[in-house]
Amino acid sequence: MARTDKMNKEGLTLVDAINEGLEQEMTRDSRVVLLGEDVGRNGGVFRVTEGLQKKFGPERVIDTPLSESGIMGTSIGMAMAGQRPIPEIQFEGFLGPAYDQLVNHAARFRHRTRGSLTVPMTVRVPWGGGIHAPEFHSDSPEAIYIHSPGLKVLCPSTPYDAKGMLLSAIRDPDPVIFFEPKRVYRSFREQVPEGEYTVPIGKAKIVSEGTDVTIVTWGANVFQCLEALDKLPEDLSVELIDLRTLHPMDTDTIFASVEKTGRLVIVQEATRLCSLSSEITAQVMERCFLHLQAPVQRVCGFDTIMPYAKLELDYLPNADKIVEAITQVAAY
Amino acid sequence: MPMRTVYEAKIENLQILDEDGNFDTKLAPAGAPGVLTDEQAVFLLDQMIQCRRLDEIAFTLQRSGRMYTYPQNKGQEAAALGSGFAMRKGTDWLVPCYRENAALFLHGMPMHLIFLHWMGDERGNAIPKGVNITPIAIPIGTQMLHATGMAWAFKQRKEDKVAITYFGDGATSEGDFHEAMNFATAFNLPIIFFCQNNQWAISVPREQQMNSETVAQKGLAYGATCVHVDGNDIFAVYKATHDARERARNGGGVTLIEAETYRLGDHTTADDARRYRDEEEVESWKRKDPMIRLRKYLTGKGLWTDAKQQAAEDAAKILVADVVKLSEGMEKPSTDDMFNYLYEAIPEDLRRQRDTLRTHSLGQDPSQVGLQRR
Repeated sequence: MARTDKMNKEGLTLVDAINEGLEQEMTRDSRVVLLGEDVGRNGGVFRVTEGLQKKFGPERVIDTPLSESGIMGTSIGMAMAGQRPIPEIQFEGFLGPAYDQLVNHAARFRHRTRGSLTVPMTVRVPWGGGIHAPEFHSDSPEAIYIHSPGLKVLCPSTPYDAKGMLLSAIRDPDPVIFFEPKRVYRSFREQVPEGEYTVPIGKAKIVSEGTDVTIVTWGANVFQCLEALDKLPEDLSVELIDLRTLHPMDTDTIFASVEKTGRLVIVQEATRLCSLSSEITAQVMERCFLHLQAPVQRVCGFDTIMPYAKLELDYLPNADKIVEAITQVAAY
Repeated sequence: MPMRTVYEAKIENLQILDEDGNFDTKLAPAGAPGVLTDEQAVFLLDQMIQCRRLDEIAFTLQRSGRMYTYPQNKGQEAAALGSGFAMRKGTDWLVPCYRENAALFLHGMPMHLIFLHWMGDERGNAIPKGVNITPIAIPIGTQMLHATGMAWAFKQRKEDKVAITYFGDGATSEGDFHEAMNFATAFNLPIIFFCQNNQWAISVPREQQMNSETVAQKGLAYGATCVHVDGNDIFAVYKATHDARERARNGGGVTLIEAETYRLGDHTTADDARRYRDEEEVESWKRKDPMIRLRKYLTGKGLWTDAKQQAAEDAAKILVADVVKLSEGMEKPSTDDMFNYLYEAIPEDLRRQRDTLRTHSLGQDPSQVGLQRR
């Protein structure tokens, strides 16, 4: 929790908050090393690591060769040898070449060595759609990594959570994937404590309390949900949950809310098939069966390839789609 | 305009002890750095005998259903031992694949853990603290990047440590080999890439695996020092690795060593190499067995006798019998072990699965137990 209540006056964007978190943690812990494509001299393609190479030098903020498996595999070695690497994969679409190292090695070392070798590292990845980027720059592949035992998967949506969860991730003894919703990198500012603080991994956030319908979402979709809430009749009481940590998931918060409301809408950018929304639906059915007053509804991306920019907004959830789903569930 | 040469290179082979036991004293004068002493050579022959015995017993254990799968190391002991002996125990790090048992034992890996691993027990990878080895790597080539990352950490912290990573000829077709070579050389890291070229990647021969004449020359593209050695000559392997280690320690960067050897056994106990390679080829390599030539050499120098051989073999039998007893004596792990090591602290959902499985084989969640309509 916050060690100081002193807030940055103008507020910080998500990008600023992550940058500040990285800088503070690198100052505090000399084992922390950043590496990735263009993270040094250029400060990252989204400028998340701006100024850090100047401050900490090219040995701690490293421009690597263009090689995702190389970045991930060497980070694993560094972590096993006692460093705290923070590799960046430039876009989530480029996780593919690093998949083997991440899932088959980073995730497994502690388990297969019965704890004798561990991989404490934080993999930063700009994630999700909505910025009209080229192909392979707008996907939401979180379910792949949630499905793979041994990883933790985070997706903060606000500057405050991003900084606090980043510090938790860096200090975590296990490999963490830190998905950054690039659509809201700079969309708003928020008051963030200047000092260091942590937001715990594995705890969802109730953004607004309600009694009629539960919405579970994460990432940039939190803001489409808030927009939807503004469009709904005032007498409809909606509880909005920002999952923040996708794995391990805070099911207690979801179950408690669904037991209260009996109605659940899940909103995600990712394809629907075998997704996190599928898992939430299944677990709610298993654990809250007799509390459900309506079928669970999902507002998702479609089971297609993420379209290029022209059709992007047709693919993604938006406030109108969310309003429709909530209205139907409430009236069921 | 005349053409000008922008790059030239050659790869030289180092052999000190040939298959007949002839020793080149010009290449390896006694007392020079990187030259094994008589005492060390005797010690290493003894290690070879132990490792060969362990290998034979592992094979028979598998055939009698007491071990699941096992990859024999037979014929490659000089490559593993000579290189492992050149690395400093407790300081340098070994990042192996799965045909370097002898090197691992030298660096403190308890023998029974290797057996345990192949008996299907993760506790075989629970490497004791202070033993600087990563576990046996089953997928091909992935471990080279881990070694590179480790070497990078040593450099970042200015530690006097070197990493050595082992792999086969087939692994040099993997992208991870090239990415690791590129990272290691681009950042001038203290690391040795040690290729045991045993001529076969399961059923694919080296000349079908690649069009390059040698594995060693692949390192030229990355600006590594490239060395080609007779991998069945323990003196050459030791010298090449010793020199590479010193180069790495002194900021001289990366060495790729290709140790030319031969897999005398099958790929694993699940393989039958007779399906794809000629008996003649195997016979010709049997004559180059690293153990035969070391024994010849030491016998010629009066440092080894038939009686010593017998005593060493008897001792190895007793040693390996104890290893079998120790590994087979381990009780089956509890099902808790499936859950306890995924994360440092067990997440709630996993805890529920773990605890439920203790009493119910369905085991997913307490809500399943005695499920009925309320």
